[in-house]
Amino acid sequence: MKVIINGEPRDVPDRLNVEELIEHLGLQGERVAVERNREIVRRADWATTLLREGDELEIVHFVGGGLRGRSRSRFLPNAPQ
Amino acid sequence: MSTANDVLTVAGHAFRSRLIVGTGKYRSYQVMVEALERSGAEWVTVAVRRVNLNRNEDSLLNYIDPHRYKLLPNTAGCYTVEEAIRTAHLAREALETPFIKLEVIGDEKTLFPDNQATIEAAARLVKEGFVVMPYVTDDLIVAKKLVDVGVAAVMPLAAPIGSGLGIQNYANLRILREQITEVPLIVDAGVGTASDAVIAMELGYDGVLMNTAIAQAENPPLMAEAMRHAIEAGRKAYLAGRIPKKLYATASSPLEGVIGRGMSR
Repeated sequence: MKVIINGEPRDVPDRLNVEELIEHLGLQGERVAVERNREIVRRADWATTLLREGDELEIVHFVGGGLRGRSRSRFLPNAPQ
Repeated sequence: MSTANDVLTVAGHAFRSRLIVGTGKYRSYQVMVEALERSGAEWVTVAVRRVNLNRNEDSLLNYIDPHRYKLLPNTAGCYTVEEAIRTAHLAREALETPFIKLEVIGDEKTLFPDNQATIEAAARLVKEGFVVMPYVTDDLIVAKKLVDVGVAAVMPLAAPIGSGLGIQNYANLRILREQITEVPLIVDAGVGTASDAVIAMELGYDGVLMNTAIAQAENPPLMAEAMRHAIEAGRKAYLAGRIPKKLYATASSPLEGVIGRGMSR
């Protein structure tokens, strides 16, 4: 099925839950947070949250930064470009 | 007087080091690791970004020992209240920390904060249980409003982010320090070299957050060590209480017994 991950359309296996998606993407063990259709999916709910066709997912992690306001937000669709 | 028990406390968390360092703009993770170590910092800031699914990235957090450093996520790069709040929630979920360094940028060229949006975002995040540490301009009224909405610290800039200009408005920072005593004050942004950090601490600031001054120095680990000493020196000088400035000399050696003056007794 087709979902949108970090703004890009992607094909993923049907009936995937969030935990399986994270494994599918090779991100298991990483400190990531997941939003599904703009709602945060708590880690405790990953295994029971089934993805649906057309879901929009944001998967974020941590990068070097302190005062790096220079780079505009790259994960928020409404960010000014 | 010993300074062994002199700690920076934010929302009940105590830190022996008053230096908070950023993790961006280093040439390599190896250089960053050494700089963090020599800075003596216990608190480091990290930014939230999309995972890049198209290439394998080496994860920053593989290089930061979670037992040694407390991670302070930030909302760097956010330009609106909504973006900042959304970023804060994601950070809290991934790191399981209520601490958030709140940045809502208002202008791309100066990276000055949007103070109004920052106050609004701070108020909402505090209500949602976050420990909010906002980056703001050195404006007393803004700082007071932030204290009123319940932030855990106020973080005024010394100069534009990454500029290295040092403390540009000494008087404003002094006024802030004299008037804001409810929460820690941490200088955030603009420091260029060790003397800037010393001045911030001599003014009575509780800490300094910096990134570029260390990360972009020719020798980041050495600059990190210099900053560690600067923070400590400035803090001790503040606690020690400096002498008043006087226009004319006051001799430090006794005048009595100087040779060739009158009769010897």
